[in-house]
Amino acid sequence: MRYLPLSPADRSAMLATIGAASIDDLFSDVPASAVLDGPIAGLPNHASEMAVERALVKLAGKNATASTTPFFIGCGAYKHHVPATVDMVIQRGEFLTAYTPYQPEIAQGTLQVLFEFQTQVARLTGMEVANASMYDGSTAMTEAVFMARRITRRPKCLVAAGVHPHYTSVLNTLTRFTGDVVVAGTPRFTPGAPGDDLAELIAGIDKDTSCVVVQNPNLFGHIADLRPLADACHQAGALLIVVVTEIVSLGALKSPGEMGADIVVGEGQSLGAGLLFGGPYLGLFACREKHVRQAPGRLCGETVDASGKRGFVLTLSTREQHIRREKATSNICTNSGLIALAFSAHLTLLGEKGLRHLAALNHARAVQLADRLGRVPGVTLLNGPFFNEFTLDLGREARPVVRKLAEKGVLAGVSLGRLWPGEKSLQNGMIVAVTETATDEDFDAFEDALDEVMA
Amino acid sequence: MSTMNNVGRPTRLVAGTGAVAESFTGNRALMLEEPLLFERGSLDTSGVDLPAVPPVPDRLGGLARAAVIGLPGLSEPETVRHYTRLSRQNYAIDLGIFPLGSCTMKHNPRLNEKMARLPGFADIHPLQPQSTVQGALELIDTLADWLMKLTGMPAVAMSPKAGAHGELCGMLAIRAALDAKNDPRRVVLVPESAHGTNPATAAFCGFTVENIPANARGRVDLDAMLARLGPDVAAVMITNPNTCGLFEPDLKTISDAVHAAGGYVYCDGANFNAIVGRVRPGDLGVDAMHINLHKTFSTPHGGGGPGSGPVVLSAALAPFAPIPFVRRTAKGALELVEEDTAGTAAPDSFGRMVAFHGQMGMFVRALSYMMSHGADGLRQVAEDAVLNANYVLASLKDIYTAPFASSGPCMHEALFSDDFLEGTGLSTLDLAKAMIDEGFHPMTMYFPLVVHGAMLVEPTETESKASLDQLIGAMRHIATQMLADPDAWRAAPHFAPRRRLDETLAARKPVLGWKDSAAA
Repeated sequence: MRYLPLSPADRSAMLATIGAASIDDLFSDVPASAVLDGPIAGLPNHASEMAVERALVKLAGKNATASTTPFFIGCGAYKHHVPATVDMVIQRGEFLTAYTPYQPEIAQGTLQVLFEFQTQVARLTGMEVANASMYDGSTAMTEAVFMARRITRRPKCLVAAGVHPHYTSVLNTLTRFTGDVVVAGTPRFTPGAPGDDLAELIAGIDKDTSCVVVQNPNLFGHIADLRPLADACHQAGALLIVVVTEIVSLGALKSPGEMGADIVVGEGQSLGAGLLFGGPYLGLFACREKHVRQAPGRLCGETVDASGKRGFVLTLSTREQHIRREKATSNICTNSGLIALAFSAHLTLLGEKGLRHLAALNHARAVQLADRLGRVPGVTLLNGPFFNEFTLDLGREARPVVRKLAEKGVLAGVSLGRLWPGEKSLQNGMIVAVTETATDEDFDAFEDALDEVMA
Repeated sequence: MSTMNNVGRPTRLVAGTGAVAESFTGNRALMLEEPLLFERGSLDTSGVDLPAVPPVPDRLGGLARAAVIGLPGLSEPETVRHYTRLSRQNYAIDLGIFPLGSCTMKHNPRLNEKMARLPGFADIHPLQPQSTVQGALELIDTLADWLMKLTGMPAVAMSPKAGAHGELCGMLAIRAALDAKNDPRRVVLVPESAHGTNPATAAFCGFTVENIPANARGRVDLDAMLARLGPDVAAVMITNPNTCGLFEPDLKTISDAVHAAGGYVYCDGANFNAIVGRVRPGDLGVDAMHINLHKTFSTPHGGGGPGSGPVVLSAALAPFAPIPFVRRTAKGALELVEEDTAGTAAPDSFGRMVAFHGQMGMFVRALSYMMSHGADGLRQVAEDAVLNANYVLASLKDIYTAPFASSGPCMHEALFSDDFLEGTGLSTLDLAKAMIDEGFHPMTMYFPLVVHGAMLVEPTETESKASLDQLIGAMRHIATQMLADPDAWRAAPHFAPRRRLDETLAARKPVLGWKDSAAA
């Protein structure tokens, strides 16, 4: 029991100080019917570090890892190279093993990081302010919809069809009992502009509409100019919420803020986190300054200390659950502090120059692969404009194709059938993501395997 | 004898004389100030090398980002130094005792970090074909089995991202269960000592919150609770052990009464560390309870997350659990029940709470911790956590006001109030800040709300007796000195990286990001 420092002699001495005859005396409030008289059955007893490591290494070995396979899966989580320095930073014990910065005098490290993170996220998204993080992109999107309802005092939210269906699903779950009305469209499988129908979305905005939620690039990889949608929202007194699941895209694409967004939410996993089978990830949340008092989650702000030195504190906490209880803007407490640090450190290493280079590289490599795969017999590239992710029409159901490609050692993409199991019109679609990590050999392997499977 | 050694280096101490000059840099020895990234980086600097961009025409549809973004970069050595310097302005469990009540700041074993970084867990995508991630699904399934056995509950939802998210999961399950019966009850009873997340969560699920008072012994007022039960009460939310650090001995009685009245029992499991391996919540009639893996099961808190909040569920609520979840197929393989199979495998599920499958990185760490301790070690965890807290309580209660000490032992945390400082003009805040100058992280202050100037001390089981004795000695010293000479204690901390910070100014004129002085 290597994590327990008390010796039997310590325990006896401490019981004597307390005036208890045995440890059982300290559990005297527990009703006799609920007392367990020994270790819980059916679970093993303690194990050495070696034994635990052996068992877990064995389990890990049963999975096919992204770095040892030609790998092209995206749809909300992307395989990017994370510099070694990032992991060193988040393993500093002073960051890793600190709590939420409730005592700012001895948490300036965490607080300054959050202040820098908020600034980076605001600039990246083209917004004025950002919070100190949410759980992930999907929960951040739901919080944004609630915030829009509080600001506009209107009940209806329109969700573009190209929003990640898991995100829409989360929104549907959390609005089941709140009175919010969610209207979500069915994606189009249209060559040139798969996913959304922005004209139809604009036509749907009315006086009850609190917000329109649109993802850019959308799940199909398509990118659009959101200006007309923003204008339509604002004319009707509604807010535009833009979702970004591939944050690296903002090194190449006009920011949501530039296109008129009122709230930008995103998944920050691409920078710093790694794939991690889905978590922990990083919810990004940015908005206009005039709305910040309706924002969810923690905010770090600048102030001065008693001797006039600049310092940072958590602020505007009267929005939060520990003060406002049932009237809080959100129930969120713990967020994703350490992943925010990873994101911020990765972005600091990149800098503007590196981020733009990374984004350009992702895009160029995706263009190269899209053109190669589009020439495979039976395969059509569905996208017009895209960033690093695109949709292929395979002319046949994509799910078995994805499985066959996996059997050939290529993790090729995500079938639309897995994400929208009910939609027959989408079942031939496969979404492919390309990042800086894919090599020419990976491209060759993908093209060859697809050729064989399609033949 | 010469005072020089053979290389001419002075070796003898010389008594100091004269005043210390102003610091030129603002730094003092190991106390190093660090400017903001935006004050030291530049837009042209990058700490990464990337391959050249192939020369292909862009396909961005005329949406290329032209304007400057404003993201300064640092070289790799500067990056390492920036964050290392910042890290040294933080207190952390790696540096010393972190007795923040209700937060369970225990040692974070490094084996867990190593295991979470195995490529087989860290370098896999949540949407990979399931045949390629059988080991990951097995890990989730194994962790789920541990959690169900430790709590004595028949089901567990793994996807919630943190404690409050777990509460949301449990309350959504309760709401879905009521709706399935067309049962319109909407009132949720919450003890006044509850975490703020409890009422906030209940409100998010469309419930109305009513408070139940505490009794003189720091427990839920049983009579008030029983009297309020009725056909409009959907659920009660109870923390056990509660936020006063006390076991709720009447929980089973309350559960039985709530069930008889047609409601459900939500238990806030934030304080599970006190009873893990010794008491199973399932034996107390609980219907749902979240487990903070970042508290009881040692996953690091990271300066504010990530957490992980799996929720164990009773048989009555299990059908309403969120998707996705892992199950074993007839052929023995593991599969995720997602949207496409939910219709048949989980028709009553209330739906999805997160984009993917939950906090895998935290699952690996928690399982590594559980396997290390085993069933026997986890029981010892609870015993030592409770022993340590009672040792602190017994060693301080003659000076510090301990409002509930007369009602018997505490569980994993000791609660004090600042009543003993009455007349000094000092309060809990001053005492907490004085602890900073003694090299400690303070206890939780001003929570729970049921006592005046609350100080909630949770040492956890990973503190040695020597560490506790030092904390106790310091707390006795501070209290004694505060009573003797109050005026000397109004302005601490004096020796932290910052003095007290002006939180009013921060809230009145919020500055939430860095702005170039030229643009301001």
